Amino acid sequence: MFDKEKLAELRKRHEKWVDGTLQKSLERAPERADEFITVSSTPVRRLYTPLDVADLDYPEDLGLPGEYPFTRGVHPTMYRSRLWTMRMFAGFGTAEETNARFKYLLEHGETGLSTAFDLPTLYGYDSDAPEAEGEFGVCGVAISSLRDMEVLLDGLPLDRITTSMTINSPAAVIWAMYIVAAEKRGIPRAKLGGTIQNDILKEYIAQKEFIFPPEPSMRLVVDTIEFGTQEMPRWNTISISGYHIREAGSTAAQELAFTLSDGFEYVRWAIDRGLDVDAFAPRLSFFFNAHNDFFEEIGKYRAARRIWAREMRETFGAKNPRSWWMRFHSQTAGVSLTAQQPENNIARVAIQALAAVLGGTQSLHTNSMDEALALPSETAARIALRTQQIIALETGVTNTVDPLAGSFFVEAETDRMEAESREYFHRIADLGGVLPAIEQGFFQLEIADAASRYQWEIDQKKRIVVGVNEYSGEEKIGIPILKMDQQGYDRQVARLREIRRTRDHRAVSARLSDLRQAAAGDANLMPFLIEAVREYATLQEIMDVLREVWGEYREPVIV
Amino acid sequence: MSARKVRILIAKPGLDGHDRGAKVVARALRDAGYEVIYTGLRQTPEMIVEAALQEDVDAIGLSLLSGAHLTIFPRVAALMKEQGLDDVMLFGGGIIPEDDAPALKQAGVANVFGPGTSTQDIITFVEQEMARRK
Amino acid sequence: MELTERILKADRRALARAISLVENDGEQAQKLLQEVYPHAGQAHIIGITGPPGSGKSTLVSQIARQYRQQGRTVGIVAVDPSSPFTGGALLGDRVRMRDLAGDRGVFVRSMASRGSMGGLARATGDAVTLLDAAGFDLVLIETVGAGQVEVDIAREAHTTLVVEVPGLGDEVQAIKAGLMEIADVFVVNKADHAGVDQTVRALTIMLDMNSAACSWTPPVIKTIALHGEGVADLIEAVDDHWAYLVRENALQDQQRIHAQNRLTRVMRRRLFDELLAKIGPERFEETVMQVATHKIDPYSAAARLMNSKTQGS
Ligand SMILES: Nc1nc2c(ncn2[C@@H]2O[C@H](COP(=O)(O)OP(=O)(O)OP(=O)(O)O)[C@@H](O)[C@H]2O)c(=O)[nH]1
Ligand SMILES: [Mg+2]
Repeated sequence: MFDKEKLAELRKRHEKWVDGTLQKSLERAPERADEFITVSSTPVRRLYTPLDVADLDYPEDLGLPGEYPFTRGVHPTMYRSRLWTMRMFAGFGTAEETNARFKYLLEHGETGLSTAFDLPTLYGYDSDAPEAEGEFGVCGVAISSLRDMEVLLDGLPLDRITTSMTINSPAAVIWAMYIVAAEKRGIPRAKLGGTIQNDILKEYIAQKEFIFPPEPSMRLVVDTIEFGTQEMPRWNTISISGYHIREAGSTAAQELAFTLSDGFEYVRWAIDRGLDVDAFAPRLSFFFNAHNDFFEEIGKYRAARRIWAREMRETFGAKNPRSWWMRFHSQTAGVSLTAQQPENNIARVAIQALAAVLGGTQSLHTNSMDEALALPSETAARIALRTQQIIALETGVTNTVDPLAGSFFVEAETDRMEAESREYFHRIADLGGVLPAIEQGFFQLEIADAASRYQWEIDQKKRIVVGVNEYSGEEKIGIPILKMDQQGYDRQVARLREIRRTRDHRAVSARLSDLRQAAAGDANLMPFLIEAVREYATLQEIMDVLREVWGEYREPVIV
Repeated sequence: MSARKVRILIAKPGLDGHDRGAKVVARALRDAGYEVIYTGLRQTPEMIVEAALQEDVDAIGLSLLSGAHLTIFPRVAALMKEQGLDDVMLFGGGIIPEDDAPALKQAGVANVFGPGTSTQDIITFVEQEMARRK
Repeated sequence: MELTERILKADRRALARAISLVENDGEQAQKLLQEVYPHAGQAHIIGITGPPGSGKSTLVSQIARQYRQQGRTVGIVAVDPSSPFTGGALLGDRVRMRDLAGDRGVFVRSMASRGSMGGLARATGDAVTLLDAAGFDLVLIETVGAGQVEVDIAREAHTTLVVEVPGLGDEVQAIKAGLMEIADVFVVNKADHAGVDQTVRALTIMLDMNSAACSWTPPVIKTIALHGEGVADLIEAVDDHWAYLVRENALQDQQRIHAQNRLTRVMRRRLFDELLAKIGPERFEETVMQVATHKIDPYSAAARLMNSKTQGS
């Protein structure tokens, strides 16, 4: 991109600047620290010039938006045509309560739904299971059967909105419930749009909400990919997630590298199943964190698109440009929120969200200021949504595509992210691939090391967190905290018992035994799951069948 | 050489898989010279108390981010009493609203640490409690 | 002592307390051991050693489960390293023994090495004595697994399992120098990984070359500890070894050697402690500095210190 002679000239001039102008300035005004580091503890240089991106090849490395390698965005016009989807993660208590929250958010201008499930649901337990004690409805909505799903979706325009569901181990079952609930209202599955997270690999790596061992889990994921490819063209069957990897304490580069590695692993498995890469790859979606370090994050998103496009085309031989697209959702960093002076979180969220937008996100969730304390209250959730609207409509950053391209620093960060990722790809390959690396605890240890380092930097005040280790005061919390409906649990359990009493028992056991057989063989399980939920087999009944056939996974401990 | 070593159990009860905090605290306590027994994810209160008993620990630290602390922490405290672990200090951390702290302290939890607590604060607290209880 | 009574009745809390006492040493510990020792000597003590991450804890858990199914009780001591800098330790072996939770016929104790080399803590043997006296039929010891050859385990255990994983290939020769002598059973764990058969073959060949001397040839057992595969064979080999010890009267020999070792160790430590008390820590420290700065050589320094009769200089 740069002329060789001019670069040489610049290099000389830079040297002179260091010895002269800079030296003098440092004598008068020394720098505040010996080293300046990103959130990921990577040093940042004082100044970036063309010398730092001397090898950048514009057509090869950046290209034009909507064209390979998509560094500048997957759409030619980006937000000038359509803003990102403002998708607020919601869910708590019973299906009724969450349904009401969904309607509230839609009324306030939200354009897509996003569902959080409670922990028993995420682990495939019914609300009244002993394992679920104390966890009902706390982190999300409880869905134990098709009936709960029907209540959750009641009155929502499923043919017009898209619904994202954050669920992994039991994703296929919950998806089956969604499909049947819609069909019972006369909406055919082909018209349904949305996303199931369904990213089991990052569960082993970071979030730890796994149930089965990796192999059968991967088979179930590929079953959903196959089913979606054949029957549900508008559905994203997986959202390959770096978010939780980052929340678990990884660096930005680890988040990127591990997520992409997971993505490639799914592609490999689906191809091994005999699927055409260009048939399924366009429906793969991603999910990244939006953390505090503004430029590092932007570099991360841009590098993500570029690496994905290159690998899909070069390594996996995809021909459909849509297979090269990396489309991603992003969410501001939950771990960056502080319980101290929680109102400060509004500012953090705004800046993180801005980074996601400048990085070209397709949809965005902004955290509520009170999330380090409890579930978001309505007011806090509204402010978070308004934050997105302000960015979209008041700041002007949406007026042009990829406005930071060409910044020496941003391009250097983008290059660094790609280089660090590729380094990790090699290390993972050396360990034998993603599954062996999981088993050896490689990811887990890398993340735990990064998390400890981060905390150490805070404890040592090498890293400042406003309101926590600097400018802290004993301010009282001034925001209302959401309290749950105490009767919710009783209502849920009553509904569950009612279903167990009134359904067609013969049909339920027949469908479950069909499922057991199919799980032991290698048929696609989606049709079996759909038939089982249709008869109101509960989530746990279904998951227990699979537990029985596949066993449960225990993680390699890495501390 | 024969100084009494303080032993601490760090446990992760409940269903949530967020073990970042538990691991960071376990490592920090190790680096502060404690012997830390780490028990891994998804521990029931029964498992935690039985481990504490067998390991003869001086303190138990629970980490829970799911919000089920009002059920789980008191349950651990009650089981500790049942097993005669009255002299073992119980503390916890996670996303715990300030409003819940009094109820937890009432139940026998010596202290709860919210997000943003420095590991040094936890270490200092453990040190003070251990000195006090000698 | 009341504590002794309770230990002999297998009171778990008393046992836990007692292990802390012996770990922390002191007079009370000596008194306790004095009372308890005559009641020990019944358990079959099994040592498990091998490189870090080879699956020792997972195996221990599986072995314990199998024995439990036979109705036999199991005590476990799992040793992990202490940091030489801070003295702290992160003891994580329990995580792998989760399946044993809730079974009152099992007692698991994690132990930090507290500066001891060789894969065990100073008090590991004492802890095993306590578990033994409390009536556990078997006591399993998991060593640190720090990578170096940990032969100390053979001084505590009747049966020593040396765990290897596939893929060692040529290294086998080099690494096994010390382990060859202590292994009663070789376990090639992670048999689901590539290269198991090469590792088994390499070990077998080496055993054949070494087998002349004794009448027991260590079997090589393949396991997948993660799924419990091969553990039944392993148990059988362990039981065979025990039967061999009993049959050949080797048990008595072994116990004599263990006793001699233990006695020697205790005497050595006491002699040193007494001497140190006489010399005084300041004088000792001073001399250390003189050696460190090469003012005096360690031999002359030792001679000088050991001749000194009174404290101070
Ligand atoms: N594939 C496979 N993995 C195993 C097997 N046995 C154990 N593992 C895994 O190996 C890892 C280490 O197992 P541990 O039992 O903790 O090994 P260890 O030798 O006790 O480790 P340290 O105490 O840290 O030295 C864990 O992730 C286990 O799940 C096996 O047979 N096959
Ligand atoms: Mg171990």
